[in-house]
Amino acid sequence: MTTNDPGQSPLPDPVEGMVTDTPTGEETPFDPAIGPETVAELRSLADRYPEARSALLPMLHLVQSVQGRVTSEGIATCAEILGLSDAEVSAVATFYTMYKRKPMGTHHVGVCTNTLCAIMGGDEIFDRLCGHLDIGSDETSEDGQITLERVECNAACDFAPVMMVNWEFFDQQTPESAIEVVDRLRAGEPVQATRGARITSWREAERVLAGFEDGLVDEGPAAVGPSLAGLAIARERGWTAPSYETQAGTGRAGESKAQAEAEADTRRAESETVAEESPADTKGGKGDD
Amino acid sequence: MTDTLTPVLTDNWDEDRAWTLAAYERRGGYEALKQAVRIDPDDLIALVKDSGLRGRGGAGFPTGMKWSFIPQDNPQPKYLVVNADESEPGTCKDIPLMMASPHTLVEGVIIASRAIRAEKAFIYVRGEVLHVVRRLRAAVREAYDAGYLGEDILGSGTRLDIVVHAGAGAYICGEETALLDSLEGRRGQPRLRPPFPAVAGLYASPTVINNVESIASVPAIVRGGVEWFGSMGSEKSKGFTIYSLSGHVRRPGQYEAPLGITLRELLDLGGGMREGSELKFWTPGGSSTPILTAEHLDVPLDYEGVSAVGSMLGTKALQVFDQTTSVIRAVLRWTEFYKHESCGKCTPCREGTWWMVQILRRLDKGEGQPGDIELLQDLCSNILGRSFCALGDGATSPITSAIEYFREEFEAAMTTPSWELFPPAASTLFAKEGVAS
Ligand SMILES: Cc1cc2nc3c(=O)[nH]c(=O)nc-3n(C[C@H](O)[C@H](O)[C@H](O)COP(=O)(O)O)c2cc1C
Ligand code: SF4
Ligand code: FES
Repeated sequence: MTTNDPGQSPLPDPVEGMVTDTPTGEETPFDPAIGPETVAELRSLADRYPEARSALLPMLHLVQSVQGRVTSEGIATCAEILGLSDAEVSAVATFYTMYKRKPMGTHHVGVCTNTLCAIMGGDEIFDRLCGHLDIGSDETSEDGQITLERVECNAACDFAPVMMVNWEFFDQQTPESAIEVVDRLRAGEPVQATRGARITSWREAERVLAGFEDGLVDEGPAAVGPSLAGLAIARERGWTAPSYETQAGTGRAGESKAQAEAEADTRRAESETVAEESPADTKGGKGDD
Repeated sequence: MTDTLTPVLTDNWDEDRAWTLAAYERRGGYEALKQAVRIDPDDLIALVKDSGLRGRGGAGFPTGMKWSFIPQDNPQPKYLVVNADESEPGTCKDIPLMMASPHTLVEGVIIASRAIRAEKAFIYVRGEVLHVVRRLRAAVREAYDAGYLGEDILGSGTRLDIVVHAGAGAYICGEETALLDSLEGRRGQPRLRPPFPAVAGLYASPTVINNVESIASVPAIVRGGVEWFGSMGSEKSKGFTIYSLSGHVRRPGQYEAPLGITLRELLDLGGGMREGSELKFWTPGGSSTPILTAEHLDVPLDYEGVSAVGSMLGTKALQVFDQTTSVIRAVLRWTEFYKHESCGKCTPCREGTWWMVQILRRLDKGEGQPGDIELLQDLCSNILGRSFCALGDGATSPITSAIEYFREEFEAAMTTPSWELFPPAASTLFAKEGVAS
């Protein structure tokens, strides 16, 4: 059985397509170039981890925030800082959907079209946005403002249908509300996420993801609407969890492993259960279980 | 009897500026830590073990037991990694928790790290949630400033550093060993086990990986104790948990209840199905858990109850679909997701999901071919149990269960497109509004 699906090559070639920026192979000028300040920030990210390579994902986010995509210059810089080859860094960059190869618009607009949102209206919102902006998925509007993308479930299904702008939540959208958001963004008008801060830009968002705070944490609510659905009912009816007792009574019954195994109900758990054997192995059988 | 809803984790979400340290402390935040620093680490592990807390990330493995697997005589540093990747379709509990009350998680991380004797912890949060990343970073910063993190926490002699690490978009990174590879700066692909993370996890050191909700439940357990925790929930599924209701229900959202509540009760609280609609199918715990139908409304939503009817409690992501929904369209979209997210490491999943999408696409178009149903079932049986990780298994769940309960719809798909049988416009959130106005 072989697959001839261009979208999912079983062994994606990590290097091809990542070292050059145009089909003809010529390097487009990167704007701006990665300067000494960025290099210092990249190094500071590497310093946050016991092993520097762990910083690669954040570093690539930072590259995107500076250059608007993952450039070959960015890859080379990360590789040099981490002592990796360019190919190793490329292999990582191509694996994750948030890293973009093509130049991005000022704003990234993602419409959730996973099942729940799609059915609740996400498909229609996406189609209407495509029509309105005259682009398809992974394309950028002519004015360079909006890059549109279908996104997977963004962990906000209770707010379906959901749209993300620069990875901020725009909950319970309609085609009309989504178009309005996009038009305001293009006009440079202020736009506030429904659960989040005012919209900055995709690049600025990438900088926060890389690991640098932007001072907008206190904007937006703690929780609204669906997040409070159960709590509101509990408040109304006077329902609470039992109150805390004075101190934990620590009955030390403890469960047997067999019991635990029987209770854990998926293969995920099964593989975790077997973990218990291993510590004993490495301890040279110290565990008497 | 406890109340029907028992807000513990969600209890402070309506607090003014709940995400700040000040607001969290106003509601008793970090009291559990103050107790925990006086409790011996082994006793903390015993406490969580005895509480019966089971992992809330999908598998339900006992949390305290997982902690006890960390070999304390191993000279390597120990690590705690919080799985905040929340990407299983339908799952939407950890993100609102971290948005509203990131300190609940941070406090849990500090206590759990003390228990397993980790001096470095990581919160691996999916990258697609900017504001949650902000809230987490700010909470960690505030916790350092308050002396809850860093050297000599509250004079206990223990130290801890927390790194908030944003991922970059890949469902598979929620799988715990793929997450570790990703956190090491690699492509997120699952690792061969053994060795298990408890022995050789992050940087080949002993590592505990727990879900956000699991860790966030720990402070309450420290404060309330074993009996308090066990006073909620059922015999083998103890405690409170967050159920996430979404779809064609009047009031979708987060409902925190003792384990064992039923969908009927939850739907009742949620105002019932939306107007004129009746329940057709639902997922108990995300798209990787086999779908159920109206005949399962009274199944207790705990680990045992849901597995007794052939599904899994999973992440307690109750996605509810009404009679306007095409089961073929739903299953196709989920399968496209698995195909897209398959990491490509093993053949059954990589190839199988691709083929399943091809077949479901033609069924969706009403162009099914004789034998397609059997072909789908055959593909599923070649993936289930034969894939390298549970993503492949999960990909088969919607298909096999949908055929089980809605075979006639698959048969209809030999001749009729899904959109003719179930016009998509009728399913949308704005459909009713449009009709009414
Ligand atoms: C494909 C796949 C995706 C997963 N995604 C998540 C996730 O986003 N969050 C999570 O906590 N667990 C996820 N898991 C389960 C983890 O592998 C692991 O069981 C869990 O993090 C353990 O934490 P717990 O014991 O506290 O539940 C996923 C598993 C698989 C196979
Ligand atoms: S089952 Fe799928 S996701 Fe898991 S290792 Fe195999 S190809 Fe990768
Ligand atoms: S399906 Fe859209 S956020 Fe979950």
